[in-house]
Amino acid sequence: MAVLLDNNTRLIVQGITGREGTFHAKAAAAYHTAVVGGVTPGKGGTTHEGWPVFNTVADAAKETGANASVIFVPPPFAADAMMEAAAAGIGLVVCITEGIPVIDMLKAMTFMKDYPKTRLIGPNCPGIISPGKGKAGIIPANICKEGRIGIVSKSGTLTYEAIDQLTRQGLGQSTCIGIGGDPMIGTTHIDALDLFQKDPETDAVIMIGEIGGSAEEEAAAWIKLNFKKPIVAFIAGQTAPEGRRMGHAGAIIAGGKGTAAEKMAALTAAGVRVVKSPADMGQALVDVMKKA
Amino acid sequence: MKIHEYQAKAVLSKYGVPVPRGEVAFTPEEVHDIAKRLGGPVSVVKAQIHAGGRGKAGGVKLTKSAEEAETVARELLGKTLVTYQTGPDGQKISRLLVEEGLAIDRELYLGLVVDRSSQRIVLMVSKEGGVEIEKIAEESPEKIHKVFIHPGVGLQPFQAQQLGFALGLSGDSLKKGVKMMMSLYTAFIATDASILEINPLIVTKSGDLLALDAKINFDDNAIYRHPGIRELRDTSEEDPLEVEASKFSLNYIRLDGTIGCMVNGAGLAMATMDIIKLAGGSPANFLDVGGGANAEQIRNAFKILMSDQNVKAVLINIFGGILRCDVLAAGVIAAVKELGVPVPIVIRMKGTNVEEGKQMLADSGLNFATADTMGEAADKVVALASKTAGGR
Repeated sequence: MAVLLDNNTRLIVQGITGREGTFHAKAAAAYHTAVVGGVTPGKGGTTHEGWPVFNTVADAAKETGANASVIFVPPPFAADAMMEAAAAGIGLVVCITEGIPVIDMLKAMTFMKDYPKTRLIGPNCPGIISPGKGKAGIIPANICKEGRIGIVSKSGTLTYEAIDQLTRQGLGQSTCIGIGGDPMIGTTHIDALDLFQKDPETDAVIMIGEIGGSAEEEAAAWIKLNFKKPIVAFIAGQTAPEGRRMGHAGAIIAGGKGTAAEKMAALTAAGVRVVKSPADMGQALVDVMKKA
Repeated sequence: MKIHEYQAKAVLSKYGVPVPRGEVAFTPEEVHDIAKRLGGPVSVVKAQIHAGGRGKAGGVKLTKSAEEAETVARELLGKTLVTYQTGPDGQKISRLLVEEGLAIDRELYLGLVVDRSSQRIVLMVSKEGGVEIEKIAEESPEKIHKVFIHPGVGLQPFQAQQLGFALGLSGDSLKKGVKMMMSLYTAFIATDASILEINPLIVTKSGDLLALDAKINFDDNAIYRHPGIRELRDTSEEDPLEVEASKFSLNYIRLDGTIGCMVNGAGLAMATMDIIKLAGGSPANFLDVGGGANAEQIRNAFKILMSDQNVKAVLINIFGGILRCDVLAAGVIAAVKELGVPVPIVIRMKGTNVEEGKQMLADSGLNFATADTMGEAADKVVALASKTAGGR
């Protein structure tokens, strides 16, 4: 069993008729994932690339037995799409969309509290992949290798970098979870680490954070008390200036808070092996596994 | 997105928030006329720049006549104001706000921000107005009073009242304070603000409450639904290269180093800056070309990178996912051929179609240095940048 995705996963794509939705629906289907249909309001009853298209997530869930959804709809409609998926009883909702207004997310997160069985990944994330088992999102499968290392990351391409470094060390991945770079996200570092802790197929974890907010510090406190597996961390933005948004909506040092130095110190104090250089993630993981 | 104080006050007064009477001016003559129209014994001339700390830096002046206001305006307009928030280069003053002077009894602080941990908007107040709130948070956090607002029901009167009592307001002032907080929350939501600060919020001798200063930042992701607010953007307050980059949807932030960076993905772009520093160099910029970049965007990104005269070498670090390495290579080759890039370029590519991309670079006849890993790329570009130091 892998984290989040398994043989019972039945995935729909919200926004399946769009360019991105189509491309990644095909990529997921080509990578062992049971893609069972899609949702595009107004196009219900048609088929797209062989998949049935529904007007609503509720219809899709009823007709296909879908239990997971990946969202590729534009920012103005993405928060609505998440709430619709939750209300339809979808258990795993992965939102790739970048650029959702914060106030929309505040409302969506509040709404989704009424649906505790729904897990949201993202938004503004590359999604998840369990090498050899399936994927929901945009992480390229060709760089992955089946194995026993978990990755949790705020950044997309930095996740690919970590995967590549592990693969070159001969280490495969159990599951890679991109949690997203927005200030307001569903699954946090702590949630993902908890999943890895409980997953018998994950032996060790790479955690990637970045400047802004205090999620890494909160994760450090949690790791110290709860996390028993070897773990390596990298924090991006050690050279970022204060008060500037570094691409991701959440990546900003404000009022002297949210610096990489603070996060690295908190993680180190929690017993995490923190690497300064992004080039050292793979090697450091090999080292901590030897020690364990 | 940031706006000026006078614009923020105009936005807030639409939502019923009391602000001092005043108008914006662009010339000393306009300042004279406004001061005359305001008519009171004292008027305040305030430099309008997108940074705090203006008072301490000499950007806010009390004047006792229209003539004096005009003289002050002549001093301020065109002057560069350096505050703790502008950086050493400062910011040129080209607009002034002229306001009525008020008899201030107390100066308070009020702020609304989005709190990530609780996933709520927080309204916070302090009796210690007129000073930096970060300083109070650091030194005496107990002096800051907060309420967390439920997004479903909004700010509730009891919450505003609680904060009003904490500020020591009573009677009529308390009622006015509650009303003002409700209006400010409405304005925050209605305009998709990300930060709203009234510092100071003043209580006058006659018991009125007014926003003496006002700062609003807006959520860039939501600007699309506020065309009126988008028009308030003052690009002269921003770095010209950053303004240019924003036209092409490129995420570019100018820094003060010598190594230009072009990267896909915000996290990898930050990590690339970090590794350049670790290798002994310094990044000239943050640049995320995004996942869906095409050859044209790569070309524009190159133009912007090379407009920065401090750049002595360029590092391109691309991990192809959606963005294919062959598309990147085509864009880079075209840009270099067209622009005649005069500095060394190190390219590190990985991921989708990397072999095709590498072949295209090799066949181009252009002089690129390549690297397989981020570490190798950083070492190479730092060495090349130090060789060309002073050479441009």
